[in-house]
Amino acid sequence: MKFIEEFRDKELCQRVLAKIKSYGFPAIFMEVCGTHTVSLFRFGIRQMLPPTIKVISGPGCPVCVTSQQDIENALALASLPNTILLTFGDMMKVPAKSGSLERKRAEGADVRVVYSPLDALKIAKNNPDKLCIFLAVGFETTAPATASSILRARDENLRNFKVFSLHKLIPPAMRAILEMGESKIQGFICPGHVSTIIGAKPYRFIPEEYGIPCVIAGFEPLDILQAIYMLMDMLDKGTSDVKIQYKRAVREEGNPLALEIMWKVFEEGDAVWRGLGYLPSTALKIREEFSDYDAMYLLKDMPVTEAEENPLCRCGEVIRGVAEPTECPLFKRVCNPSQPIGPCMVSSEGTCSAYYKYAPS
Amino acid sequence: MCLGVPARIVKIEGKEAIAEVGGIRREISIELLNDIKEGDWVIVHAGFAISKLDEEEADTMLNILSHIPEE
Ligand code: SF4
Ligand code: SF4
Repeated sequence: MKFIEEFRDKELCQRVLAKIKSYGFPAIFMEVCGTHTVSLFRFGIRQMLPPTIKVISGPGCPVCVTSQQDIENALALASLPNTILLTFGDMMKVPAKSGSLERKRAEGADVRVVYSPLDALKIAKNNPDKLCIFLAVGFETTAPATASSILRARDENLRNFKVFSLHKLIPPAMRAILEMGESKIQGFICPGHVSTIIGAKPYRFIPEEYGIPCVIAGFEPLDILQAIYMLMDMLDKGTSDVKIQYKRAVREEGNPLALEIMWKVFEEGDAVWRGLGYLPSTALKIREEFSDYDAMYLLKDMPVTEAEENPLCRCGEVIRGVAEPTECPLFKRVCNPSQPIGPCMVSSEGTCSAYYKYAPS
Repeated sequence: MCLGVPARIVKIEGKEAIAEVGGIRREISIELLNDIKEGDWVIVHAGFAISKLDEEEADTMLNILSHIPEE
């Protein structure tokens, strides 16, 4: 298929790999996006690389970084009478103290999986007598879509549609990881699809303030290998910059129209991230102007279960790139994709689930 | 959670379009992009086209890589 097969060419991959090997010095890189995590496993890229080059996973799955309290908040919203809670499939199984959305549904709550915020909007339109709450997770890739659904709801005066925004921003999470300084990252493989929206500029602080090179990469094997090659090249030359490998989809300035729509509806707010804790100005909060569509206000006078994390689950460390899933005592023993203990095993792009599925046992 | 996939636009009606994703046709929104035409390739994510794919850039990259000498 176009734009896919060509980027899986075995011979070209071998050539790029040879280049990477020719540098002969060790390096540690972090891939920020969960889709990269999956590609690295699926195509066996980790095994192809020389053992001196390590690629560790970062906080790039929106399901994984959602805090336990936000899951409890969502469960509370799902329990409201006469309400339909709508969300993406991966949110269904995330376990919390008071259950999961899947369990709420089994107990009779109307919880539905949607593929797009527009599907959520459609369901709201078809159920005018119900309160329809879209539980919105995702980074800059998904936030413009949510924003556009809110704009549409306003245009159509759809008052029963609300959004519970758990949208978060990626570059400040990368800063938080660098500030923690636990993992000795020498380069970032930046998320390709987040970058189609934000472009290259929001990562500039990484080379400028931390001297660490960044490459925005696509998701096919050749893309990832070329990105590693570009990072090795910058390390070799002692330079650091933000480079775009994924030029067929990412422009320097990103997608200005999508950004405009996103900032029209959202403003920066504070967020609690799993693994990274409280990070000011990293959430996308619905602007006051659109508060009629903000489900956050419903929580104000509701009883919400206080979150509790499983003390043995190491998702927090996995997200920061300081622990591998195999170091978790629950991995494969009690925690698996059909009975996940933590979110990193739930989401298809979660690091634990990728290890479970692809890592040789 | 979110797989962005390449898709070809087969039909446009205002801000809505039909896109072909791996042989399956699906309705998507193109309101996040300016000047999309039928036949264009885009990345689709959560029901929205978020970026137009540039064939020339794709060819340039493959071309550069194919000039890496074999060792
Ligand atoms: S595609 Fe986007 S949301 Fe999905 S894992 Fe990558 S960066 Fe995160
Ligand atoms: S294996 Fe399960 S319990 Fe352990 S860190 Fe991963 S998700 Fe959490």
